[in-house]
Amino acid sequence: MLDARFFHRWMTAAAAAVDREAGRLTELDAAIGDADHGSNLQRGFTAVAAVLEQDAPDTPGAVLTLAGRRLISTVGGASGPLYGTLLRRTGKALGDAAEVTPAQLAEALDAGVAAVAQLGGAKAGDKTMLDALLPAAEALRESFAAARAAARQGALDTVGLLARKGRASYLGERSIGHQDPGATSSALLVATLAETAAGEAS
Amino acid sequence: MSRGPVGVVLVSHSAAVALSVADLARGLAGGGAAAEVAAAGGGPDGGLGTSAELIAEAARTVDRGAGVAVLADLGSAVLTVKALLEEGGELPEDARLVDAPFVEGAIAAVVTASSGGDLDAVEAAASEAYAYRKV
Repeated sequence: MLDARFFHRWMTAAAAAVDREAGRLTELDAAIGDADHGSNLQRGFTAVAAVLEQDAPDTPGAVLTLAGRRLISTVGGASGPLYGTLLRRTGKALGDAAEVTPAQLAEALDAGVAAVAQLGGAKAGDKTMLDALLPAAEALRESFAAARAAARQGALDTVGLLARKGRASYLGERSIGHQDPGATSSALLVATLAETAAGEAS
Repeated sequence: MSRGPVGVVLVSHSAAVALSVADLARGLAGGGAAAEVAAAGGGPDGGLGTSAELIAEAARTVDRGAGVAVLADLGSAVLTVKALLEEGGELPEDARLVDAPFVEGAIAAVVTASSGGDLDAVEAAASEAYAYRKV
């Protein structure tokens, strides 16, 4: 079972990973976007870690909802409302249970990913964070490790795709050959989820 | 409290663009301009981007009880307004994202709001600005 502390640890791990990878994310964004993805997410997740430290919500749903709200109010780029919606909607879907099963999390994540697709108007293959999140949510029904692998592969596969959403879409054919920064940060988020779960098990 | 004119919030990635378009719209609305216009431009760090806090503050500032029309330029400006509207509680209850070109839509919205149009009329006028062809 996964409790509020598990989700708190996940968010703390995500903040550390974003901190570590901010340079690489911004570099990917410099190729096809506006070179702020790493620094924006860094500001957002630093604020998430701080507010969770301060408030320490006592259910998984409340942890993710608070984290999502914080991302919306602090990131400053499109990744704020998109990741904010992902976490908030996933959190809302978890309800107010004190503990949730991995299967319940997989189901809630489906709702979160669907909300992201609706907000951004994107679908699979548009070279967005969905290309990592959709396969990850699917594979999470199997295991955390499978979700991590699926997200990573999904992010790598965006290299060959043509961007159809956001600033990168203005580049048309020239967006091909670059890995999508949003899919890359999504894979990072799923990887930290799997790491948190692995830490739990050991 | 009597219901004042519809408020208009202009959300741009650039603080200078949001402020200038607000000035332009006010100026073109004429001397008797009564509608409240607030600019919410730039990101949380003051650079280019979108600040949810500035948007919420701007909407509160212009809210006179008759609704708030929010116009946004693109990308994160649009997505942040949508996310705030879905969140509930962050923006005035009758705030609405208006689908309109930023500059022309802002002028149409402020003129219509200043002449006493309700939120539906302000939204329609701003959206109609898409139909104005230049050649």
